[in-house]
Amino acid sequence: MARIMMDSRKTEKIVFFFLFLATLLIVAPVGMIIVIIIQKGLPAINWQFLSDIPRQGMRAGGIFPAIVGTVYLVLGAIAFALPIGLLAAIYLSEYARDNLLNRLIKLAIVNLAGVPSVVYGLFGLALFVVFFKFGASILSGSLTLGIMILPIIITTSREALESVPYSFREVSLSLGASKWQTIRSVVLPNAIPGILTGTILGLSRAAGETAPILFTVAAFYLPQLPKSIFDQAMALPYHLYVISTQVPNVDEKIRYATALVLLTLVLFMNLVAIIIRYQFRKKKKW
Amino acid sequence: MRKFKEFIIEKMILFCGLASIFFVVLIFLFLLKEGLAVFKTVSPFQFIFGKNWYPISEPAQLGILPLILGSLLVTLGAVIISIPIGVACAVYIAEVAPLKIKEILKTGIELLASIPSVVLGFIGMVTLVPWVKSIFKLPTGLTALSGSIMLAFMAMPTIVSIAEDALYSVPKSYKEGALALGATHWQTIWRVMLPAASSGILAAVMLGIGRVVGETMAVMMITGNAAVIPHTILQPVRTLTATIAAEMGEAVAGSEHFFALFAIGIVLFIISLAVNVTADLFLHKKK
Repeated sequence: MARIMMDSRKTEKIVFFFLFLATLLIVAPVGMIIVIIIQKGLPAINWQFLSDIPRQGMRAGGIFPAIVGTVYLVLGAIAFALPIGLLAAIYLSEYARDNLLNRLIKLAIVNLAGVPSVVYGLFGLALFVVFFKFGASILSGSLTLGIMILPIIITTSREALESVPYSFREVSLSLGASKWQTIRSVVLPNAIPGILTGTILGLSRAAGETAPILFTVAAFYLPQLPKSIFDQAMALPYHLYVISTQVPNVDEKIRYATALVLLTLVLFMNLVAIIIRYQFRKKKKW
Repeated sequence: MRKFKEFIIEKMILFCGLASIFFVVLIFLFLLKEGLAVFKTVSPFQFIFGKNWYPISEPAQLGILPLILGSLLVTLGAVIISIPIGVACAVYIAEVAPLKIKEILKTGIELLASIPSVVLGFIGMVTLVPWVKSIFKLPTGLTALSGSIMLAFMAMPTIVSIAEDALYSVPKSYKEGALALGATHWQTIWRVMLPAASSGILAAVMLGIGRVVGETMAVMMITGNAAVIPHTILQPVRTLTATIAAEMGEAVAGSEHFFALFAIGIVLFIISLAVNVTADLFLHKKK
């Protein structure tokens, strides 16, 4: 009996060690990737790289137009997705009853989140570029990215709204406030950190995606800044793709530096979101 | 007046609530609108089982079997690598890791999920691809295997986080019961927790597969993009997603090639729909 106990304790130790190894196998490369990109990219980053246009067929100069393009695209996407996503989240958390329609909406959100990013690109091309005749433009790209990040915004906002205790609503309603007044002045303010987290995660996702902008906005090489939302623009992720696969003889350093700028942008946003969420959980009094 | 304003706002809320359904339908309709036109020239059977993908030769040969097999091979490889490692990692984080380490690990995995696929593709090109090339002594490291490894890595956040949730949602009494009967922690996990969480873990795997099939940029950058029927995993392949991404830029709007790429989009959309609906069924079975 005692021997069996000893054996199973030993097995447990061995198994747990392997579980630990598996975890390490996933997490360690993440750290490695970040370290490699910082190490090889940082030396090439200077003010000129960040503020100059690409020169000599993208083999020299900077990436300023790509940064600007990405900022425009991301802002456009969020301007479209945040209002719709937030209202959709309010519907799901405050109005929807547990019926077939509600179930269908949830299924649609899951599916929207699962649609491959390149299919979003096709959709944006068919609807915005061709059908609405927006052409390949910041507008088309922003709308495509906006629909893509909608599920992120809806899901996180809904969680934030639902985490506000029911008693808050009851108190407000019992004081004579209408349902909408309750939502606006009681539920929403208490859910803001969660909604903010979702918004930032949406922004970061939109900033990093390449496939949806391939045929809707991205310009291979455009050494000037876009003047209106109907212009094409360069974008960071697409620029990284171009200089690492389409243009021969680009200095490694420039590739790493571009990857570093994109990674910094995205990871910074994610870190902010994680910190907001952490602070919110710590402060939460209910 | 206030009543009227609220009426309008509540209607808007309902309208936006339905937006997701609207967009899913809209995406499907527009894919059909552009994609079905290809079936005027090729039959659906020829399209799916045709062995040759030469979209710009005269006459164009539009068979996507090599692309389907390419996707399948890369996906299969990724699934074989990612399921054991991903589930093991989920078990470690949910059950074994000390509280402090747990938070660090979860943050690490969340960061992995947030790295843009084009960055992972680039890193794969400069690290993974040369490794595969030298380890297997191949003429090129741009192979299905490189794609599988990278995709397995990219599917991890999905698999780990959903499997972890499934493990958390196993009632505490199950675990306590097993421990009280004298089972070790591992015996409890293996015999009680994992079976109880199995439908959630299955959903995690399904969604991981969905992520792998739909991934585009990293795959396009490291699998070599040869649209031929693959025979081994050490050969360049081209996936459905990479084909669209690589060729749409050159396809003339309204051409056969253009329509065919949209038809591939329909195939991908249906695969992702099937994967997500099945995963959703698994997730709801649990309750």
